[in-house]
Amino acid sequence: MAAVLATNIVKQFDEVLAVNGITLAVPDGEFIVLLGPSGCGKTTLLRIICGLERQTAGDLIIGGSIVNDIPPRARGVAMMFQSYGLYPHYTVRNNIAFPLRTQRASRAEIDRKVKWAAQLLGLSHLLDRRPRQLSGGERQRVALARALVREPTALLLDEPLSNLDAKLRASARQEIKQFQQRVGVTTIYVTHDQVEAMGMGDRIAVIEHGKVRQVGTPAEIYNEPADRFVATFVGSPPMNLLARNDAYLGFRPENFLPREMVDDGNGGVTEFSFRVDRCEYLGSERIAYGVIEGFESPQLITAKLPPAHVAEESIRPGEWHRFAVRNSALRYFDHDGKRVNRS
Amino acid sequence: MVTIAEPVRKQPVSRFRFILDRRDVLGALFVAPAILYVFLLVGVPFLLAVYYSISAYTIYDPSWRFVGLSNFEQVIQNPVFLDTLGNTFLFTFGSQLLGLILGKFGALLLLRPFPGRKIVRALIILPWAVPIALASVAWEWMFDSLYSVINWTLIALGVIDRSNAPNWLGNPHLAMLCVIVVNAWRFFPFAIVVFLAGITSVPQDIIDAATVDGAGFWRRNYQIILPMILPIVAIGLIFGIVFTFTDLSVVYLLTNGGPVNATSVLGFEGFQVGIVSGDVSHGAAISLFMLPVLFLVVIGMLRFIRRREI
Amino acid sequence: MRRVIAKVGKEVAFYLAIAFFVGLTTFPFYWMLITSLKSNPDLYNVTNVPFWFNEPPTLEHFRYLFEQTLFGRWLVNSLIIGVCVVVITLIAALPAGYSLARMTGRSGEAMGIGIFLTYLVPPTLLFLPLSRIIANLGLQNSMWSLVLVYPTFTIPFCTWLLMGFFKAMPVEIEEAAIVDGCSVFGAFIKMVLPLSLPAILTAVIFTFTLTLQEFVYALTFISSSAQKPITLGVATDLVRGDIFFWGEIMAGALIASIPVAIAYNLFLDRFISGITGGAVK
Repeated sequence: MAAVLATNIVKQFDEVLAVNGITLAVPDGEFIVLLGPSGCGKTTLLRIICGLERQTAGDLIIGGSIVNDIPPRARGVAMMFQSYGLYPHYTVRNNIAFPLRTQRASRAEIDRKVKWAAQLLGLSHLLDRRPRQLSGGERQRVALARALVREPTALLLDEPLSNLDAKLRASARQEIKQFQQRVGVTTIYVTHDQVEAMGMGDRIAVIEHGKVRQVGTPAEIYNEPADRFVATFVGSPPMNLLARNDAYLGFRPENFLPREMVDDGNGGVTEFSFRVDRCEYLGSERIAYGVIEGFESPQLITAKLPPAHVAEESIRPGEWHRFAVRNSALRYFDHDGKRVNRS
Repeated sequence: MVTIAEPVRKQPVSRFRFILDRRDVLGALFVAPAILYVFLLVGVPFLLAVYYSISAYTIYDPSWRFVGLSNFEQVIQNPVFLDTLGNTFLFTFGSQLLGLILGKFGALLLLRPFPGRKIVRALIILPWAVPIALASVAWEWMFDSLYSVINWTLIALGVIDRSNAPNWLGNPHLAMLCVIVVNAWRFFPFAIVVFLAGITSVPQDIIDAATVDGAGFWRRNYQIILPMILPIVAIGLIFGIVFTFTDLSVVYLLTNGGPVNATSVLGFEGFQVGIVSGDVSHGAAISLFMLPVLFLVVIGMLRFIRRREI
Repeated sequence: MRRVIAKVGKEVAFYLAIAFFVGLTTFPFYWMLITSLKSNPDLYNVTNVPFWFNEPPTLEHFRYLFEQTLFGRWLVNSLIIGVCVVVITLIAALPAGYSLARMTGRSGEAMGIGIFLTYLVPPTLLFLPLSRIIANLGLQNSMWSLVLVYPTFTIPFCTWLLMGFFKAMPVEIEEAAIVDGCSVFGAFIKMVLPLSLPAILTAVIFTFTLTLQEFVYALTFISSSAQKPITLGVATDLVRGDIFFWGEIMAGALIASIPVAIAYNLFLDRFISGITGGAVK
């Protein structure tokens, strides 16, 4: 197991600049998530780390050695692909054993490790099946077992849950995270799903247009977004933004509440006049969409209201309401979108 | 920023140790044998053919003397050659046209599901699958001057009588008709298969959408399906043209170019002059008259390969 | 009532049309079969009904074919030529097809089309220079000349066919193998080849049938009977002087036709998608 360090990685495909100078340090044993919209370069970065692509410029250091020109097989990394890349002509047992075989491990060791991995992931009864006889969740677990069986220097996962249905996804998330914690392997996880990112990552690197926008813990990313992109990409619904002069004022929908529900605390509150256009009832929350008097906004303003505390009749569409945000929950962005501190 | 505790080592890596892991190197290595083979045995002979045509090379006098375009001049001035050229076009377009008509009609029939369709399709493919040389021999026997089964049937039906039964391969016009028919017979199953493949590959969604939008049978066929399958059909047609235009087997086996050069085509003439008579330079010049047509065909092919969408 | 008649009429017309087509395509083969089984007196009597046996059928022609002619030798020659050409073709076309399929950008596609176009260069354009090359190599009048020359069209054809197949194969499997410790070459051997067995089989079958169908090169390069492949032998060698041995010729043509006909029918759809460039699934 090893730390992964990427410095100033650039990747140019014919005319597309996929990765535009990314520097990223992943300490040994960390679970880092590369989060970004599709086409942002996160998968390309992952493929560079595992060696399937060669970066145009920049250095890649795994476990203290520069591996720029080392092929994947000599890097000792493991990768789990979006559609798993299981070997259709091998049984589950041979799929899991394959990385050990290429390293010329002894038969006894292969047997032992395959058994260990299969047991850990609950695959023991499936060892003699072939991939096409497995369900989606089982395939995903086989891919995970195959990736982990040879104790890789780093585990790379490329949207591993996108082929599972929503129900399975939650339990698979849990499984991968638990497993990673137990093995303690350095893990780089690519996804466009912020729920996966927030729920699993020790840290998250938000990537857009081939550049890292922010690296931080889920709480940092959510509460202290580095710029407007991060603020609006993470969070559902995204952070509200109000244009003010040449800058922006932002606050999370869950902090935007009827005036009487916001206690002044220390630091005070800012009040807004909010016209609700439409309400959505989602069971655990009620989301109100509308506009704020006196402000331009790139999108509709949303407020996330706890149904238990806000009665349906109290927020009626078409009416103006007094809403407020605690000043400590306000975020400021300059005209370039960078967050600035303002008292 | 997180610090990486381990010091960075720069491992010396031999340039050649991972040479087979480099996709560009391996890719080049992988195509090399095929490219080399094709270059040596298609590219080089092609250039040689061009050179023969402008030299005085014969198998008896293998000199490489350059004679310019005089071979071509002599070839063109030969009236037999002009007949040959005309025959080649007649042979090609006659058999392609007949083949396409039969092919389109056959494809429409086979499009409809009916019991035994698979077997029917297998039987209809036969002329195209079986080596044309063998089928040509069977046709030669069917066109036999004395024992022709066609004549026997016509006589039995009272259409003709034995005294003036046609000599299929002995009459210049009938002989041309025969080689055209045999070639069309050989080609049309291929046309059927290509039409069928094209039509069945049109997504049903598109046809349904057109039906919902109010397109009738003809409009669906000629404004939706035909434009979509056109690239595939064109590729098929190009194959047909190339292999017919340059063929010599049917003519060689059925009529041997006769009677009196009535069915001589370019490929056959090039064979007669270049191989049988050993006059390599004139044979090569005759063969090279195929080039302009092949060239057009290649351009067409490139266009349609790019255009295919389904 | 009228509608029923119209419908029945339509059905009858449909099946008549089908029968016409089947008759058109199969009659020459029926004619081979019946001729090969007829005794000579039956065959060469213009008053007999030619469509059926007027005298008891006989295997005489087949016996003569195998015992008195070089037919058996031609069969073996064709088999040797076919197997050798298949081997050469696979060695060249498998890696080439894979490389072209995985080559990114325009260069891969352009090269693929370039190789395919050489399939269209006709034998009648190349046979003169090739016959000189073969003479210089000392291979004239030998079936090994065909082993050398046939790959010029089977390699382009199979490269194109296999390229289409490899393109449709998910790249993730190879990449997984590469990350799991294979070299790119290792992934090709361990993953790509086993997974493309159906395509390889198709390539083998079509290479073999293409060598059986070829006539022009065989006619040009080979004149001694013992070296001829079966197609050439049957078509040109069973004539003594001006006398055609029709029973034997038809028997030979029938035997040589059957395996090709079966192979084509089994692999037809792959062939079509091959030449139309994977446009048809």
